[in-house]
Amino acid sequence: MSLEPQTTISPASISPTKRRWGRGISAILGFAATVFLTFLGLLAITFFIGRVIPIDPVLAVVGDRASKAVYEAARASMGLDQPLYIQFVQYVGNVLSGNFGMSVSTGRPVIDDISRFFPATLEMATIGIIIGVIIGVPLGVLAASRQGSWVDQIIRVVGLLGYSMPAFWLGLVGLALFYAKLRWVGGPGRLDVFYDGLVSPVTGLILVDSLIAGEYEIFWNAVSHLILPASVLGFFSLAYIARMTRSFMLDQLNQEFVTTARVKGVPERIVIWRHAFNPIRVPLITVIGLSYAGLLEGSVMIETVFSWPGIGNYLTTGLLNADMNAVLGSTLVIGAVFIFINKISDVLYRVLDPRAR
Amino acid sequence: MAPMLEVKNLRVSFPTHRGRVEVVKGISFDVGRERLGIVGESGSGKSMTGRAILKLIRKPGLVTADRMSFDGIDILSQNEKQMRSIRGARISMVMQDPKFSLNPVMTVGQQIAEALVTHEKLGRREVNERILAMLDAVRINDPKRVAGLYPHEVSGGMGQRVMIAMMLIPEPELLIADEPTSALDVSVQAQVLDIIDDLVTRKGMGLILISHDLNLVSRYCDRILVMNSGTVVEECAAGQLDKASHPYTRGLLAAMPTMNENRDELPVLDRTQWAGT
Repeated sequence: MSLEPQTTISPASISPTKRRWGRGISAILGFAATVFLTFLGLLAITFFIGRVIPIDPVLAVVGDRASKAVYEAARASMGLDQPLYIQFVQYVGNVLSGNFGMSVSTGRPVIDDISRFFPATLEMATIGIIIGVIIGVPLGVLAASRQGSWVDQIIRVVGLLGYSMPAFWLGLVGLALFYAKLRWVGGPGRLDVFYDGLVSPVTGLILVDSLIAGEYEIFWNAVSHLILPASVLGFFSLAYIARMTRSFMLDQLNQEFVTTARVKGVPERIVIWRHAFNPIRVPLITVIGLSYAGLLEGSVMIETVFSWPGIGNYLTTGLLNADMNAVLGSTLVIGAVFIFINKISDVLYRVLDPRAR
Repeated sequence: MAPMLEVKNLRVSFPTHRGRVEVVKGISFDVGRERLGIVGESGSGKSMTGRAILKLIRKPGLVTADRMSFDGIDILSQNEKQMRSIRGARISMVMQDPKFSLNPVMTVGQQIAEALVTHEKLGRREVNERILAMLDAVRINDPKRVAGLYPHEVSGGMGQRVMIAMMLIPEPELLIADEPTSALDVSVQAQVLDIIDDLVTRKGMGLILISHDLNLVSRYCDRILVMNSGTVVEECAAGQLDKASHPYTRGLLAAMPTMNENRDELPVLDRTQWAGT
């Protein structure tokens, strides 16, 4: 673990016994099965929502002045005259082959829209959570190890601000100060207008695409646009992560084995990082995973303030236009992200906590 | 010859919303290379005494003493860094319950190794050898396998033997055993105490055995302090316990059943006799 400040003390014979390979294959199969089943459940729920919502998808296509015959024809061509379970099978088949239907509001296939909008959110959320973790975790540890001191008080106030400050307000103030006044960062949008569309999308992440294309100027422009919204997101996740880290750490620092370490004469720095911090990595992963998933869901407020073409914006527009395919498609993607992140934390649990193996 | 540990008028207090509360109210004792037992009920201040010797009372707890010296070193004036070179290396402490006092995410071997390499710079090979020898000394069969186990994979008795190994591996001169067996089954209690007793005697160390069990302490110690609500009420040689004079000690002794007797009812402590709490 790179966070341990002292050289490792795990000579070969006293390190954990390797005994997991035999169970490797069945564990992977079981893992794949749970992922598949969870995903199927997600599909069933989105399918069900799509059927109970009082929006008639046929009406949305043909309009309310269409004749009965036209309506029925459209209904049949959309497969809605079939029994529900056949519809579901078709739906699952469609989704698995990447067909989420057409979006009414953009006139393009939903899958195309999502592959354009989701990377924008992914990019912002990832930078945001990295900021949140890199700053939030050490702040939480610091606050807990100096409980009651002025350092602790300041960190707690920062955490409280992160809880109580409205995101759009912070975004607007940030724009007014760092963009309009100081000109340190780029304004709204992912790039300046004259750079737009210059790099061909490979991953959809402009930071990556511009590096692949060797366009460093565009890369730095994208960074200057990304840094402010990502920092605002980062600040909110930082506040949460720091608070949770602090309370996890306080809990650990009161444990008997921490006293044991002190009895052994272990320096305080190692007591804190090796003995108190290592056991909380598992609950911290849950906290970080959930806040990352929350960011990936798209922060509508931030995306609106920064004119960020992300999934949150897309989803909201879809909802307002009764664009069911867009809404269901985005819901599915967000749900899949949650499943994915949850599964990753499950795997990390087992790596980090011997009791969970 | 001056005793190894000298404690004079030791006081430990904690602030509460009704002012400072003293949990240790000015106790004095000496420990040489002998086995001293401290007996008392819950809240009598015996554990706090043990922790105060290692300066492990965390703020806002306050420790004062007229004199508290170990091997000529004034413990109270030592800074944190100086204390670290005493903790583990010269004075060590066996904690109460291995379920809570061993780090759950480090292997047994890693934890014992840490106790050793904190104080001595040794090669990996030598560390390994010392650990295996130490585990063997606390009567663990197959030390190689046990060293690779995590605390949740060993039993309570084995966990406590691991704890003893960990605390004795840097070869301290004084061992404080704070209720080392109260979390264990009666059947393994004697085994664990025998190991402590054996190693302490063999290495010529001093031992402070803190316990609430008068019987057990009188069996394993040379000298006994009886504590009650923060003060020492009785100090005597273990063999002279039956001649104890303080009403608290007498009360405790009277409440102890013996094999060949026919009392219908065991007496209860009458605390008014010594104005106890």
